[in-house]
Amino acid sequence: MTLLSMENVEFAYGKARPVLKDISFSVPRGANVGLVGESGSGKSTLLRLLLGLDSPQKGRILFDGQELKARNAGYMRRYRKRVQAVFQDPYSSLNPAHRILRIVTEPLRSLKLPGDHRQLARDAIEAVGLTPDTLERFPHEFSGGQRQRIAIARAIIARPELVLADEAVSALDLSTRVRVVDLFQDISQAMTMVFVSHDMGVVAALCDQLVVLDRGHIVEAGPTAAILRAPSHPYTQSLLASIPRMPVPAHPNPQDPR
Amino acid sequence: MSTPVTTAPRRRRTNPIHWLGFVLVGVIVLAGLVSFVWTPYALSDMAGGRLEAPNWQHWAGTDRLGRDLFTQLMIGARIALVVGSGAVAIGAAIGITTGVLAAFATRFFDDALAALFDILIAFPTLLIAMLVVAAREEASLGTAILALGIGLSPVVGRVTRILTKRILSQDYITAARVSGTSWPAIVFWHILPNIAPFLGVNLALQFGLAVMAEASLSYLGLGAPPPNASWGRMLQEAQSTVYTAPWGAVLPGLALFTLVIGVNLLADGLRDRFDPTQRGA
Amino acid sequence: MSDLLRVDGLCLATADKSLVEDLSFTIAPGERFGVIGESGSGKSLTALAITGLLPRAIRPSGQISLAGQQVVGASERQLAALRGPAVATVFQEPLTALDPLMPLGRQIALPVQRRLKREGADTSRTAVARDVRLLLDQVRLPDPDRLIHAFPHQVSGGQRQRVAIAMALACRPQLLIADEPTTALDVTTQAEIVKLITALVDELGIALLFISHDLAVVGQVAERVMVMRHGRAVETGPAAKVLTAPDDAYTRKLVDAARRFDTALEGRA
Repeated sequence: MTLLSMENVEFAYGKARPVLKDISFSVPRGANVGLVGESGSGKSTLLRLLLGLDSPQKGRILFDGQELKARNAGYMRRYRKRVQAVFQDPYSSLNPAHRILRIVTEPLRSLKLPGDHRQLARDAIEAVGLTPDTLERFPHEFSGGQRQRIAIARAIIARPELVLADEAVSALDLSTRVRVVDLFQDISQAMTMVFVSHDMGVVAALCDQLVVLDRGHIVEAGPTAAILRAPSHPYTQSLLASIPRMPVPAHPNPQDPR
Repeated sequence: MSTPVTTAPRRRRTNPIHWLGFVLVGVIVLAGLVSFVWTPYALSDMAGGRLEAPNWQHWAGTDRLGRDLFTQLMIGARIALVVGSGAVAIGAAIGITTGVLAAFATRFFDDALAALFDILIAFPTLLIAMLVVAAREEASLGTAILALGIGLSPVVGRVTRILTKRILSQDYITAARVSGTSWPAIVFWHILPNIAPFLGVNLALQFGLAVMAEASLSYLGLGAPPPNASWGRMLQEAQSTVYTAPWGAVLPGLALFTLVIGVNLLADGLRDRFDPTQRGA
Repeated sequence: MSDLLRVDGLCLATADKSLVEDLSFTIAPGERFGVIGESGSGKSLTALAITGLLPRAIRPSGQISLAGQQVVGASERQLAALRGPAVATVFQEPLTALDPLMPLGRQIALPVQRRLKREGADTSRTAVARDVRLLLDQVRLPDPDRLIHAFPHQVSGGQRQRVAIAMALACRPQLLIADEPTTALDVTTQAEIVKLITALVDELGIALLFISHDLAVVGQVAERVMVMRHGRAVETGPAAKVLTAPDDAYTRKLVDAARRFDTALEGRA
C-alpha cells in the first residue's frame, strides 16, 4: 500500500534550469526508503517538496491518496501532524534560546495537540535514549549526537506516520553515527521513513528500498539488496565502486560479532 | 571533518567593567528618581549669586541668574532618561516591525525597504528630528521624543532585517515550519529571542545617541522648552560663560558622558549574560 | 635511515585545558602515515603544531623535530624556512583555502616563485609559467589554459582540491600534510583525489601525513596508522593490522562501526 508518491514532478528555483526532472517514485507504508545522491543531485530540493516547503511546477505529490497542497494552510496542518522531519546539522536545528522541553514539544503546541505535553516529552526523550532531566537543559549543553537524538524526539513526539530525514547522521562522528543509525532503525519499526543521504553505507544499513538520484533525475530505483548486488545504471555502478572499503582481514576476525 | 572548536561553557563571572556600567547608570537613574521628590532648590529659585563656583550651598555652582546647577542636573537626568527610553521605545517599535517585515517580504519589497533604510540613515538623525519638530510647529518634550524615535528607527530596522535574515537561514526555523508553527509564532518564539541580545546592544547605542541628540536639539532651541532643564539646554546657556564659569558646561557634559558610557557598558554586560547560546551554563 | 619527522612527548594545552597529551610518533622519509580520529581527538591540532601554526592561545611542549630542525620553540623565521622545503599542507575545504579573488594560475605561481628563488634558479615569468604547467599536469587537471585564468568559484570542488595539491607540491616539500582533504568532496571525487595523492607522493618520494576521520580512506592511503582519542594516541601500527585486528578497545569500536556499513553495502550480509 502506497503512503507517499511523486508523479512526474519537475521543480526549478525561479527561472533557472530545473533541479528536478520527471521524478516518479512511491513509498510503501511501513517501508524505509533511501534517497541517495551526491551534491547537485537535487535530493535536498526533493525533500523540501515532500515537506511542503516548496511546490512542484509540474506533476504532483500524493500522500495517502490525496494530493499534497502546500499552499492550503488547513491541509498542511493535518499533513504536519502525520509527517515530521529530522535535519542534518544538529547545531543549527535546535533553537539555542529554548529549553529542550520547549523544543521537543513544539509540534504539540503548534499543532494544538491534546494531552500532557510534559509527559509526552518525557516519553519521547526516553524513547531516543536520553534521561528526563535533559528536558530542563539548553541545547548548547549537549554533544552533536545527543542533539540529534533530541531532534529525533521532536520528530516522533506527535506520533507521525512518516518521518523524513535529511542527511540526519552525516554530521556525526563514526561511533556516534552507528548508535543514531540504530535509533533510526528502532523508530522505523513503528513508522514509514524516507532517508535522504549521500552516504550509501548508512542508507544500505537503514533502508529496504533505494532511489538513486543524479543531476535531477532518478537513475535507478528498487530494493536495496538488488541494487547493491547488481547496479544496472553506470552512475550507480561508479558510485558504489568509489566508496572506500575497509581492508579485509587475512583471516576472519573471531571478535567480529557479525 | 575538521575538529570543531568547542567553546567550553563560559564562566558566569560578571566582568568588573560591566559592573561599572551598572553603577554609572544607577547613579543617573537615582538622581532622576530623587528629583521627583527632592531637589536642593526649586528649579527657578534664584537662590544664589550669579555664576557661583561649586560650594557647600550650591554643589555644582549656579548659573547666570543665580539658579542652582545641581538641581538642574538632577532634573536633566530625569529628562535624559525619559527622552532616551522614549525615543528608543519608539525607534524600536517602528524599526523592529519594519525590519522583520522586510526580512519576510518578497524580494521586491525587501529590496525597497532596505533601500529606504539606507536612504533614511544617510540623513542625519538630527536633521530628521528637526524636520519632525518643524512639522509639529511647536517644540515640546513629546515632540522631541517622537522626532528622535523616528530618526532612530531606520538604523534599528536595518539591523533587525539583517539579524532576522541570519536567523531565518537556520535549520530550527525549517524545523519549526515542519512542526506546523505559524509565522507569527516563529517571529515571537524563534526570531525575537535570538536577535534580542544583539539588538539590545544596538538599542543601547541608540539610547546614547538619542540622549546626545536631545541635548543637541535643546542646544539648538528645538528641545523641551523652559523651564525644563535638559543637559543640552544647560550646555547652551553655559556657552557664553564657558571661560569665566567652565563648570556650567563641564558638569552637564560630564553627566551626558556618564550616562552614555554607562548604558553601553551595561548593554555589553547584559548581552554576555543573556546570550542564548551561553544560557544555563 | 633517520626519521623525517619525530614527535616526542608532545603536549598541547590552553590555559585551562589539555588538548593533546604525551603524543609520540615518527614518519620516515617517503612513508605514508595516517592519523585517524573523531572530532576533538586533537588530530588537526597536531598537524598545526608540526607546521608551527598553532593559535597563540595553545601552548606546545615536548619535541617536534622536522628535517633535523626543532619546531617547538623555534622562531617565526626558522619556521618560515621550514614551511615549503620541509612541509606543505592541504586542507579540508579548498574553497576557503584558496584566495577567491586571485586567478588559480597566480595562486600556484606564488609558491613556485618562492621555491625558485630559494633554489637560486631562474625566476623569470617563462620559467615560473613552465613549472605551473608542469604542476597542473602532475595533478591531472584538464584544460590548463582555462584553469590558469579561472577563479576558485568557477571550478568544481575536486578541481579546487587539485589546485591546492599543486600549490603544496610547488614547494617540493619532504612532508605533505593532508588534513581531511577529501571530507568536503563527493564520494566519486574523493576516490580520485585519494588515488592522486597516493600516486604523487610515491612518484615524488614525499612522505605523507594523512589525517582523516574515515577509517576506510586512511586504510587506502596509509602504510602505518595512529588512532587518536581525546588528545592521546590509543594505537599505532601497520594499517593492515590496526584496521583488521585492532588491540585497543576504542579502535575496535571504530573498526566494527566502519565494517558494519561495509557489510550493509555487501547487501545486508
